[in-house]
Amino acid sequence: MKVKMLSRNPDNYVRETKLDLQRVPRNYDPTLHPFEVPREYMRALNATKLERVFAKPFLASLDGHRDGVNCLAKHPKSLATVLSGACDGEVRIWNLTKRKCIRALQAHEGFVRGICTRFCGTSFFTVGDDKTVKQWKMDGPGFGEEEEPLHTILGKTVYTGIDHHWKEAVFATCGQQVDIWDEQRTNPICSMTWGFDSISSVKFNPIETFLLGSCASDRNIVLYDMRQATPLKKVILDMRTNTICWNPMEAFIFTAANEDYNLYTFDMRALDTPVMVHMDHVSAVLDVDYSPTGKEFVSASFDKSIRIFPVDKGRSREVYHTKRMQHVICVKWTSDSKYIMCGSDEMNIRLWKANASEKLGVLTSREKAAKDYNQKLKEKFQHHPHIKRIARHRHLPKSIYSQIQEQRIMREARRRKEVNRLKHSKPGSVPIVSEKKKHIVAVVK
Amino acid sequence: MSALRAEESLLALRQQEELEDLPKEYPLSTSEDEGDSDGERKHQKLLEAISSLDGKNRRKLAERSEASLKVSEFNVSSEGSREKLVLSDLLEPGKTSSSLATVKKQLNRVKSKKTVELPLNKEEVERIHREVAFNKTSQALSKWDPIVLKNRQAEQLVFPLKKEQSAFAPIEHVLSGWKARTPMEQEIFNLLHKNKQPVTDPLLTPVEKASLRAMSLEEAKMRRAELQRARALQSYYEARARREKKIKSKKYHKVLKKGKAKKALKEFEKLQKVSPSAALEELEKIEKARMMERMSLKHQNSGKWAKSKAIMAKYDLEARQALQEQLARNKELTQKLQAASESEEEEEGAEDEDEMLVPDAVNEVRMNADGPNPWMLRNGPGEAEELDIQKDPEQPPEPVAHEASESEGEENPVAEEEMLLKELEERRSLRKKPGLNQDAKPVGRRETKDSSSQEVLSELRALSQKLNKENHRSTKQKVSSARTVLPVQREEAADEEEEPMLLQRPERARTLDELEELGREGCFQDKERPRPAVNGQWLERKPNNQPGAPKEKPKKEQMIDLQNLLSTKSPSVKSLAVPTTVEEWEDEEEKDQRQMIKEAFAGDDVIRDFLKEKREAVEASKPKDVDLTLPGWGEWGGVGLMPSAKKRRRFLIKIPEGPPRKDKNLPNVIINEKRNIHAAAHQVRVLPYPFTHHQQFERTIQTPIGSTWNTQRAFQKLTTPKVVTKPGHIIKPIKAEDVGYRSSSRSDLSVVQRNPKRLSIRHKKQLKKNSVD
Repeated sequence: MKVKMLSRNPDNYVRETKLDLQRVPRNYDPTLHPFEVPREYMRALNATKLERVFAKPFLASLDGHRDGVNCLAKHPKSLATVLSGACDGEVRIWNLTKRKCIRALQAHEGFVRGICTRFCGTSFFTVGDDKTVKQWKMDGPGFGEEEEPLHTILGKTVYTGIDHHWKEAVFATCGQQVDIWDEQRTNPICSMTWGFDSISSVKFNPIETFLLGSCASDRNIVLYDMRQATPLKKVILDMRTNTICWNPMEAFIFTAANEDYNLYTFDMRALDTPVMVHMDHVSAVLDVDYSPTGKEFVSASFDKSIRIFPVDKGRSREVYHTKRMQHVICVKWTSDSKYIMCGSDEMNIRLWKANASEKLGVLTSREKAAKDYNQKLKEKFQHHPHIKRIARHRHLPKSIYSQIQEQRIMREARRRKEVNRLKHSKPGSVPIVSEKKKHIVAVVK
Repeated sequence: MSALRAEESLLALRQQEELEDLPKEYPLSTSEDEGDSDGERKHQKLLEAISSLDGKNRRKLAERSEASLKVSEFNVSSEGSREKLVLSDLLEPGKTSSSLATVKKQLNRVKSKKTVELPLNKEEVERIHREVAFNKTSQALSKWDPIVLKNRQAEQLVFPLKKEQSAFAPIEHVLSGWKARTPMEQEIFNLLHKNKQPVTDPLLTPVEKASLRAMSLEEAKMRRAELQRARALQSYYEARARREKKIKSKKYHKVLKKGKAKKALKEFEKLQKVSPSAALEELEKIEKARMMERMSLKHQNSGKWAKSKAIMAKYDLEARQALQEQLARNKELTQKLQAASESEEEEEGAEDEDEMLVPDAVNEVRMNADGPNPWMLRNGPGEAEELDIQKDPEQPPEPVAHEASESEGEENPVAEEEMLLKELEERRSLRKKPGLNQDAKPVGRRETKDSSSQEVLSELRALSQKLNKENHRSTKQKVSSARTVLPVQREEAADEEEEPMLLQRPERARTLDELEELGREGCFQDKERPRPAVNGQWLERKPNNQPGAPKEKPKKEQMIDLQNLLSTKSPSVKSLAVPTTVEEWEDEEEKDQRQMIKEAFAGDDVIRDFLKEKREAVEASKPKDVDLTLPGWGEWGGVGLMPSAKKRRRFLIKIPEGPPRKDKNLPNVIINEKRNIHAAAHQVRVLPYPFTHHQQFERTIQTPIGSTWNTQRAFQKLTTPKVVTKPGHIIKPIKAEDVGYRSSSRSDLSVVQRNPKRLSIRHKKQLKKNSVD
């Protein structure tokens, strides 16, 4: 008769090295761990509450400008460096880690309308109300040198915006027309125009770098092809678009910040219907910038708040505001996609966390695992009413809050009227226009 | 007079000047060429006027003429020049050309051509340009579609997408662009220079630089892996050598030596084939070894060890064998290699000697060991024996069958034969079915298969025997073949009982036989197990003498009253193995317990309470009729007055019965069908967007993702974040080169610079055609 002995495989309990953690055998029998769903639900609820508790997004305020901050630019090579231009013609360069201004220069007389850095990070360009385009060195002047621009181009008209090509020594300015300049020349190598109104902003496509988008004050957004030196298409919206921003991960997607409180994400191949209409602001949207991951974007508004929208959602996931922050004119998402900077009327640049409750600094592996688990739990139970309510709750300043209420009433009234009109007219005589199509006036070929 | 005339002419001239000045007011309409010719003409006129001043009173009136006449393409107008036009001049071109054919041809060609279309207006041309450009661009962009889709659907995206190799620059490269500017810096530099510190000198030698450049990361990795492998191999080898060195067992060394010798022999044989000369040398060596052996007494059983062993050899088998081996070795070594030189007889003799040397007992053992194993023999040699074995137990049932058939009717042996044949056929078909089933199963059931085939064989044999018996009518076999295998109970059973089981019997007999055989072999197969059990059942049932009885019993068990279910104890399965005394003791225990419970709950009738409660719950959940009668409405009201039956009937609203209760068929359960408000506050009311069915949603909620319910690996997989960004890393926009496309913006600038601003009309037409298409 064979006697059966207890035998264990040493692989199951012997560590490979002394430094390994002791293996703790675990019984995953579901009968031993009952109530999975209620337990996870409670965990999700706690995670959501903790997220709200730890949501402290404001990091720092950079003060030093003597007038409203009109434009911001990121350094392409250094995460810690950021440039800002003010309404008094001053440009400042900031170090974000020290939270200090490292250089200030009087670039223009009047507003600094636009600022952009060269792709290599050695110099930057500014345009101002004094009809000039100036190129500056990124490093400060050496000992005994004077602060002087590398090049100055005198133009005939005021330039309202500037953007640099992502790969070549070419930049584009806008004003009465879109000009494309070679850095070495004083005349534009090509200028494109379509219509007569002044163009407020021009942006190069970061992926397909020959593409440009611009928006003008006659309510239109125009796309250009630099290679063929022609405009491509024009879309006219209900109201003026203040600026656009291209998605850095999806070549044909861009988002337009509009005066009608909304943002519109377009696929540039099909301009007649925006991919998504993002609403939540209660005043004109002045600036927009994509996260470098291309999954979200941040918008700055005249309603003294900034909001973060997921690209595929119509509503914002986050709103940032402080008591002292006035109309936000410009906003940028840093290149490591962790922080957001915004420049506002009251001369400050503010630094925010992109993820309000994120813990900064190095995380241990257990912390990381817990964070991931909590995130997944929140996602899993996000539709449950209690959790949804807590996750969506934000404190808003009274002005914005009352504005939202008011606009809700207005929207409801409009909707009701529409429904009534539809109900009391001959079927088919009143067309049903979707929210997406409602704001597009025309697409001009 | 003349002066007057001159004045007049001057006046006229001025007039003309004025006339001709007029167009100058519209600078857009006049071209510069015209202006030039005007100037010439004026100059001429002026000259004329001046010449007319001196005496000659020839008056020339200024004529107004049209420009088109003056500027003639044939250059025949002689206006302003003094030369006369001669007719011959006009005829000259006609003379020079021999024929007008070419002109005619040209004329025809011109005539055949249609008029040129008007050029498109600027706006339209631009629009066409734009459209074409847009189409081209959107086509170029559509190459991004798959990548965008992939990134949108990706389980996880890790940014930055492309890992950047950190390049380190030597200090002198960094310093090359830097100069000492401030006074302090200069001072420090001067100091350094005084001491001749290498400030700008390369800190790395060229060799170092080259080596830095030469070895890439991958190369280094490969090299390291190679080195690691070599080191590991070496360590293995060393460990093996050490281990082998440590081994002191003689047996091991013996085996080793033997292996070596074998190897050497093999090599020698190979050598013989390849190079006979080398083989010869080897041979010499072997010969030398033989000589040495012959000289020495090493293996002659004359050493100390051999002597001691010889003493032990009488009692110890091993010692004996060791001596034997040594002698054999001696023999082997001293043997001459050339087989031809030694006669076969000698060999035989030697062998005889060998055998003589070995004691008898040893040989016996060997014989036993190598001899045919009885177990092996049974399985191996053939089926003949097996058949015999099978046959023996197979025989007993036959006489029984024979008896039965005999009792039925001996009169018609032919019919009986037919019946038997039929029977056989049936059985065979029956048996084939399980056989087929077995075929479907994987191989490895050899035994059962064999048994089935053997069955057929044995049956055939049995049949033939039966036939023989029928023919010979020999009763002798009946007597001789006694039932040895079947249990005693069976023999007790009457013949009439056996008759209905006649058909089954051979099978049963077979199973018994198999059981026995398997028992002998000592191994049971899983498939065989149920059969003995069936057999056992049959044996148990047998004493009842009623085939229907055992079936009725379980039926009765099923019909237990539901009301008694709570009070009755679960039927305990009594196994035959348990002694009855233990059972009784258990029963007593249970009785005690029951008694105690009865005493404890003497007052309350739980079941009736429950039933009452349920009835109430059912009543409460039933929809009630709504009575809308208003007493006193339309008739007299007051105490003791009821509304009329008609009215009551009219205003009673009957509410239809709802769906049947869930616990309608469950007597012991009350299911509360009212919604729980407290729970509802936590429940999702509307199916969330991406889900299409509520089951889908429920499933996602019900699968836990925590580490409490999942293994570490699964937990990690379930909680992978969708987007991962590394702190402190710059995320650059996606590039065409990164995803394997050719970048389309390589020649952005060059295209702009040679962009044709003005296109020919023909080109424009083509463009339009394209756009229309």
